[in-house]
Amino acid sequence: MKEDTSIGGPSGKFPATRWSAVVAARSDDPEERSRALDAIVEAYWKPIYKYLRVRWNKSNEDAKDVTQEFLAQLIEKEYLRDFDPAKARLRTFLRVCVDHFVANQTKAANRLKRGGDVLHVALDFEGAAAEFVRAKSPLTVAASVESFDEYLEKEFVRNLFTLAVADLRAFCEGRSKLQHFQLFERYDLDDSVTSRPSYAELAQEFGIAVTDVTNHLAYVRREFRRIALEKLREMTCSEAEFRREARALLGVEPA
Amino acid sequence: MNWLSDEAIARLRLVGAEPDLTGTRYRLIDRIGSGGMGSVYLAEDATLGRRVAVKILDVPDSSGELAARLRREAHILASLEHPGIVPVHDAGTLADGRVFYAMKFVEGERLDRFSGRDGTLPGRLRIFQRICDTVAFAHTRGVLHRDLKPENIMTGPFGEVLVMDWGVAKILRANWNAAPVEMAQDEPREASAGLAVVSSHPALKTAHGAVLGTPGYMAPEQARGDVEHLDERADIYSLGAILQFLSAASARGTQTAPRALTAIARKAMDPDPAARYASASELGQDIARYLDGLPVLAYPENVLQKIARWAARYRLAIVLVLTYLVVRALLIFWFRP
Repeated sequence: MKEDTSIGGPSGKFPATRWSAVVAARSDDPEERSRALDAIVEAYWKPIYKYLRVRWNKSNEDAKDVTQEFLAQLIEKEYLRDFDPAKARLRTFLRVCVDHFVANQTKAANRLKRGGDVLHVALDFEGAAAEFVRAKSPLTVAASVESFDEYLEKEFVRNLFTLAVADLRAFCEGRSKLQHFQLFERYDLDDSVTSRPSYAELAQEFGIAVTDVTNHLAYVRREFRRIALEKLREMTCSEAEFRREARALLGVEPA
Repeated sequence: MNWLSDEAIARLRLVGAEPDLTGTRYRLIDRIGSGGMGSVYLAEDATLGRRVAVKILDVPDSSGELAARLRREAHILASLEHPGIVPVHDAGTLADGRVFYAMKFVEGERLDRFSGRDGTLPGRLRIFQRICDTVAFAHTRGVLHRDLKPENIMTGPFGEVLVMDWGVAKILRANWNAAPVEMAQDEPREASAGLAVVSSHPALKTAHGAVLGTPGYMAPEQARGDVEHLDERADIYSLGAILQFLSAASARGTQTAPRALTAIARKAMDPDPAARYASASELGQDIARYLDGLPVLAYPENVLQKIARWAARYRLAIVLVLTYLVVRALLIFWFRP
C-alpha cells in the first residue's frame, strides 16, 4: 500500500494510550505542540481539502492553496487555543474556522504558497484529488450545514481508517506478519471483486489452513481496531469525548 | 490500495465494532441492542449448544470505570436469583481487552413496545405486579435499581417479566456480598465461572451530585444528585411512573385511567419520599387490591364511590339476583289467581 503520509511505523512509535493531540496542541512545550499539530494536520488535511472542493467549489489548485494556507495559519496563529471541547467537536470547530478563513480571504493575488516552513506532514494533493474524483458523486452533497458537517465527518472517518490501515500494514510488517495483513486486505478491504472470498478460498489462495485464516484475520482485525481507536483518541480531549466519538465511529451508539 | 471505498469503510466499522470472541466458547450471531456503556450480542454457546446474550463494552476503557461497572452489574445479577431477573452464566475479558458477561437470551419485547399493542388494563397491571415483586426482592437484597423504566423491562412470550439493565444499580448495604470469585483482568482467558471482585472499585461509588437515571422516571432526589440519601423509595417513584405509563397506554382513546389507579401512581410518585409507599411490595399489594375490587390505600372513597366499586365487584351476583327477582315477579304476576 502506497502511503500518502509518512506517519506509519512500528508499534513502538504509537503514541501513549491517553495522549491527546488536541490537548498537546495547546501545550507550552514547542516540541510537544509541534508533534500534536502534525497529528492534527495529518488527520484533517485531506477532509479539509475535499470539503473546500465540495462546500466552496474550489478547483483542485485553489483547494490545494487554501488548504495549505489555512493549515499554516492554524499553526502560526494557534487557532486551537480558542477551541473549547465543551462547546463543539473539533471537526465542527475546524469547519467553522475554514469557512471564516475562506470568507475573509481577500481576492488579492497574495496567494503565496505558504506552509512549507511550518507543515511537517507531506500533503499528497494529487492523491487527494484522485480520491475526490473517484468518490461517488461528492458534489451531490446538499447545500446545508448539516450535510457539509456529515461530509466532513465521513471524510474524516475515511482518512482516519486509511491512516490506521497504513499503520496496521507497517505494524504487521514489523512483526513478520505480512501474510496476516494481506488476508485482511483481501477479505475486508478489497473492492475489486464482486463477492468476498470465503475463508476456504483464502486458505487455498494463501496455502494455509482455514483455521489459520480465522486466527490471522482475528489478530489483524483486533490490531486494526486498536490502532484506529488510538488515532481517534489523539483527536479527543477527554475520556468521555473519546467514548462518544468511538461509539459513533464504530456505529454502536445507543438505540 | 490507497483509497477506501464507502463499502470498505462500512466493513471496517463492523470489523472495529464486532467483539473478538476467539478463545471463548461463544460464536457471534448478531448485535441485538446498544445501551449506555455497551452492546448486547446474540451468540451461540458452542459448549452447551444454546443461544445466549452477551453484553460487551463497546470501547476500551482506560479509566477502568466502565469495566468495573459492567463487572459489578454481572455480579449483582448473579447474586439476585429471581424469576424476574435474567440469570448470568459467565463473565470475563475478551482477547481484545473488552469486559463481557453472558446471560440468558430472552426472546420477547420491551415493555414500552409491548404497551403499544392491544392489551387489557388488568393484563398490564399483572405485569406491573411482577415488576414490583422483582424490585421488592432486589430491595430485600440491598440493591437499588435506579433506572427503572419501560425500556428496561422485558416481557417474554410465556408470561415472563424481566427487569433488565442493572448497570447503575446502587448497593444499599455495606454487607452486600455474593461470595465473588477473583478473575484475572489482565489477560484474555477462556470464560468460565468466575466473577470479578468489584465491590471495592472506586467507580462503584457514585459521586454526590452525579445524576444517573432517566428523566421522567427519576425521583426528584435522584435528579438532584442526592446520591447519599437515595433509598428504596427512589425506585418506588420510578415504579409509579411506569404505572402511569401503563395506565395511559391502556386508556388511549376515549377512556381515562381509573381514579384509584391514578391515585396509586400519584402516591408512588409523591415528591416527598416519606409520603410514598414504604416498599415495592406495598405498592404491588395496592395494585392487587385494585384488581380484586377492594379499596386501595392511596384513594379514600366516599359512600357513592364505595357503592359503585362494590357494585362493580359483585356485578355478576347482582345481575343474577336481579334477574331472579324479575323472573319471580313476572311469574307471580302471570299466574296470579
